Order: sequence, then structure tokens, then C-alpha cells
Amino acid sequence: MNGIIGKKIGMTSIFDQAGNNIACTIIEAGPCVVTQVKSEDVDGYSAVQLAFGEAKEKNTSKAMAGHFSKANTSPKSKVVEIPNFGLSKSLGDTVTIDELFAEGDKVSVVGTSKGKGFQGVVKRHGFSGVGDATHGQHNRLRAPGSIGAASYPAKVFKGMRMGGRTGNDRVKTRNLKVVNLFPEKNLILIKGAIPGPKGGFVVIEK
Amino acid sequence: MDSIKFVQNQYKPTDREFPEFRAGDTVVVNYKIIEGAKERIQAFRGDVIQIKGNEGNKTFTVRKMSNGVGVERIFPMNSPNIVSIEVLKRGKVRRSRIYYLRNLVGKKARIKEKTRLVSK
Repeated sequence: MNGIIGKKIGMTSIFDQAGNNIACTIIEAGPCVVTQVKSEDVDGYSAVQLAFGEAKEKNTSKAMAGHFSKANTSPKSKVVEIPNFGLSKSLGDTVTIDELFAEGDKVSVVGTSKGKGFQGVVKRHGFSGVGDATHGQHNRLRAPGSIGAASYPAKVFKGMRMGGRTGNDRVKTRNLKVVNLFPEKNLILIKGAIPGPKGGFVVIEK
Repeated sequence: MDSIKFVQNQYKPTDREFPEFRAGDTVVVNYKIIEGAKERIQAFRGDVIQIKGNEGNKTFTVRKMSNGVGVERIFPMNSPNIVSIEVLKRGKVRRSRIYYLRNLVGKKARIKEKTRLVSK
């Protein structure tokens, strides 16, 4: 698997040659620094650890500061491990988008979705609510309905879908097309929407 | 924000320049229509009733009366399918979005022409 860490910049729409208007997300991805290379022999699995985004030295723990200095780089704000990395990279190398992706590739984007707070079952699980909005009905419109039977089993089963904290989850959006790359600005243009707020960290995988 | 502008500028059509126009003006938009393999140009003539958005997202709405029925069409300014825009008449209106035109018919729906052209 190949991947790179990026920051969501925002969305815009562009026209392709055929005159179609395409909604696109702009991601500033890389250059990432290889901060650790994990191998079958030493770690039991193969992976490459990438770091992205400048961090202040005062906000970096001594342990992480030591880790970054091993790779001869400044402190970074996001560190992600990519298993079975496709390119052969060694400690301290940089990874840029033009090495990994090309126009027309299908990629997956992993991010943390926007937090929605405490939400009911209609928004959280896609329930359709109970009953009608009219005909004398007054308080069941977005209710969950029955959550189980009565004296047997005399409990609510674990995992019953109810209201609660929504969003702020790891979300992967698959099969997104790379529309264009601007390696000089480290920008990648992807068709469609990706999870997370503007400025949020994402991992682009291929 | 700068990165978004950068991307939009990359996709800005550079080979053409449209005359400036505003709400109330009468324009002809020559629009490319692709039917399968064939391509033809259709002219849409009407009054501009609004211009909205900025940079790459700018659009304008043209309204015309077709057989007594009002027809409105929204054109994205950056669409490669717009071949050309001609301004036929500069209208004298007080608003930048002349939606009130939708409620008017016949002689009331006319827009007065600006007598003195302001060169921009």
C-alpha cells in the first residue's frame, strides 16, 4: 500500500475538457519525512512511518523530539504508519505526491469526520422516525420506536442502536479519482468530498 | 484560501474575454450544445437578472420570455461551453438582482435603457 499524509484545504469546482462541472476537494499533501522504517526481521511486519506538518518545539515531547532528531528533521505534528509501503525508502527520506500518484488514479482518503455532538437515531443511524407528522401525532416524529420485547428477555440487547455522540470517527472514502496534481505546491485535486473539516489531517491511500 | 485560488486560476479559461455586463443588461449568450458527436451553437437572448459568486464559481442568470412563458438559464462564467457573450443593451435598474421582473408581464416587464453609457 502507498500513502501520504495531507491537510484538507477545501472544495471548489472546475470544468473538464468536455465542459462538465466537477466538484473537487483540494488537499495539501506532503512532503512527508520517513521517521522510521519497520522491517519483517526487526518488527515482525513491514511498514514506513511518515511525518507531516510543522510543530513547535515546545509542543513536542522529549521522546518525540528524540525520534524526529534520529531522522534529522524538525518536529512534526502528525505521524502515521503505512504498512507494506510500495517505494523503498530509508530513514530521513522525503515522500512527495508525484512519486505516488498520477492523474486518473483511484485513491482512498482516510480522515476523522466532523463531530456532530449528541444526536438522535434519525441522524445517527438513519432511522425514519415513528408515525406521521400530522393526524393528532405530537411527539413521536423522530423517536426510535421499540427497543425490544418485555418480560422476556427483560433487558435491552447490547449494541442496540440509540442516540449518542455522532461523528468524530475515522472514516474512509474509497474510489475517489485523482483529477490533477500540482507537485510544485504539493496540492492534489480529488473528485468528490472527503471526510473531516477544513484543515483536518487526512491520509491518501492507493 | 490561497491554495483554492491557485487551483481556480489553473482552470481559468485564458483564451477569451467577455464584455462587462450587469443586472438589467440585455445579452446574447452563444452556447455550445453537444448532441452525441454533433456540436452546434445556440444563442440565448435575454435580460441578466443576477450575477453571483466570485472567481471560478461565478454564475449569471439570464431571463427571457419564450411564447409567453418566462425561461431562466444559469450560466457558469467559466464554462468552456460559452463561446461568446454580446451585450445588446445597457439597462437602467436600481437593484443588482432584479427578481421583481418575474412578477411583471407585458409592457411593465420592460427595462429602461441607460441613455448615457458609462465606460468602464
